Amino acid sequence: MFRVFKRPQKHSVYGRQIISEIDSIGISSLSIVAIISVFMGGIIAIQTAFSFTNPLVPLYAVGFTTRESIILEFSPTVVCLILAGKVGSNIASEIGAMRITEQIDALEIMGINSAGYLIFPKIAAAIIIFPVLIALSMFLGIAGGYVMGVSSGACTAYEYVYGIQAFFEPWKLYYSFTKVLVFAYIITSVSSYYGYYTSGGALEVGKSSTNAVVYSSIFILLFSLILTNLFLNR
Amino acid sequence: MIEIKNINKTFGDRHVVKDVSFTFDPGRTNLIIGESGCGKTTILKLMVGLHQLDSGEILYDGQDFPKLKPDEKQEVRKRIGMLFQGGALFDSQTLEENVRFPLDMFTDLSREEKMDRVNFCLQRVKLEGKNTLYPAELSGGMKKRAALARAIANNPKYLFCDEPNSGLDPKTSIVIDNLIKDITVEYNITTIIVTHDMNSVIEIGDNIMFVYKGENWWTGNKSEVLNSSNQELTDFVFASSFMKTVFKGAGR
Repeated sequence: MFRVFKRPQKHSVYGRQIISEIDSIGISSLSIVAIISVFMGGIIAIQTAFSFTNPLVPLYAVGFTTRESIILEFSPTVVCLILAGKVGSNIASEIGAMRITEQIDALEIMGINSAGYLIFPKIAAAIIIFPVLIALSMFLGIAGGYVMGVSSGACTAYEYVYGIQAFFEPWKLYYSFTKVLVFAYIITSVSSYYGYYTSGGALEVGKSSTNAVVYSSIFILLFSLILTNLFLNR
Repeated sequence: MIEIKNINKTFGDRHVVKDVSFTFDPGRTNLIIGESGCGKTTILKLMVGLHQLDSGEILYDGQDFPKLKPDEKQEVRKRIGMLFQGGALFDSQTLEENVRFPLDMFTDLSREEKMDRVNFCLQRVKLEGKNTLYPAELSGGMKKRAALARAIANNPKYLFCDEPNSGLDPKTSIVIDNLIKDITVEYNITTIIVTHDMNSVIEIGDNIMFVYKGENWWTGNKSEVLNSSNQELTDFVFASSFMKTVFKGAGR
């Protein structure tokens, strides 16, 4: 880990790497994040409306509950779990393949800090781009809830829009984005670790990739619990 | 000049490299030869620091490499070029980017100067005009030549080659051998080649160490290797019927 955060040998090369990683980690994940968020927002809205059988519960609660579910848990945690699968396996297999084909040895022999060159740009890129992805996920999730809530007749457009504005506490966004930054670091560092310490052949690259996803997911859930306790436990 | 003195390496209970000493001459092609599994690649990896040494000394111009601080080791490594068995080209980069990589990392040359150097190196290994190809689009021989271009891009003082002919046809093997030889002489590089290819031994073996069961069993040059009375070396050199027919059948 010390080597990962050692001073970059050439800032311009690292800068280019970070931009390239933003593309491969973030931009390439846009479509999956968008699709899942829209559908999940719609599902949450319909399920919420279905659960409210008491006529005393106002219908704007559909919008309110959808917003709370998406901002507090779905976008920061569930989307990051999905990204752990997509991005984590990608990172572990990429670095693992570089290890078994001696590309990492080649970097070392050139006098390059291979851990720093390969891992630091991924961590930096994830920390930059994950909050953007999650903000998009929140927006699309709430929009998906609007489309499904209104089109299914669960609530009116006015009630939904009123609901998503009701009792809004901005610090919840701070809580969510803190989680996202921690998860971005967990996904990239855990996956890079398993990729970097791969030894053997193609089978071991596959195992590293699986381990990266499993352990990233476990750490995400663990830290989600810890951060939730820290932020929301009054 | 590179010297190794009494180096030892064990993996678990296997003593893979046993008290090996040798001096690698500058400006010449130094070969480490031996059967598969005899420890020659381990010696090479010890020399470049990819494996940790158990005991002994590896001297680069008098500096004991394993005892250097990490930053000092990196400085020595900047003077090393290495040709890996599989090429070890970076898959995500084009040929041009691969060759330019050490220049980007360690020089302050302008873009034009870097491109001149890249094109010169690619031309030197006869890969001019292939700049935009990715490693996956290259044949085995082209990958080796591309890796050689990358290895010489930053004007190395030492060139290490791990089985440069493995997986290549005899004609391409000779091309690679001659390239390495020419580059060694042209730039006065200390070249160390690990091989079990007898063609290479006869073509470019200026200074040879024969490793047998992890030990330095015999040292000499390409003319001496064919006339040695060392039984293990003779068994290795004349293992193929081709070698027997050509050299022993010719009246040796």
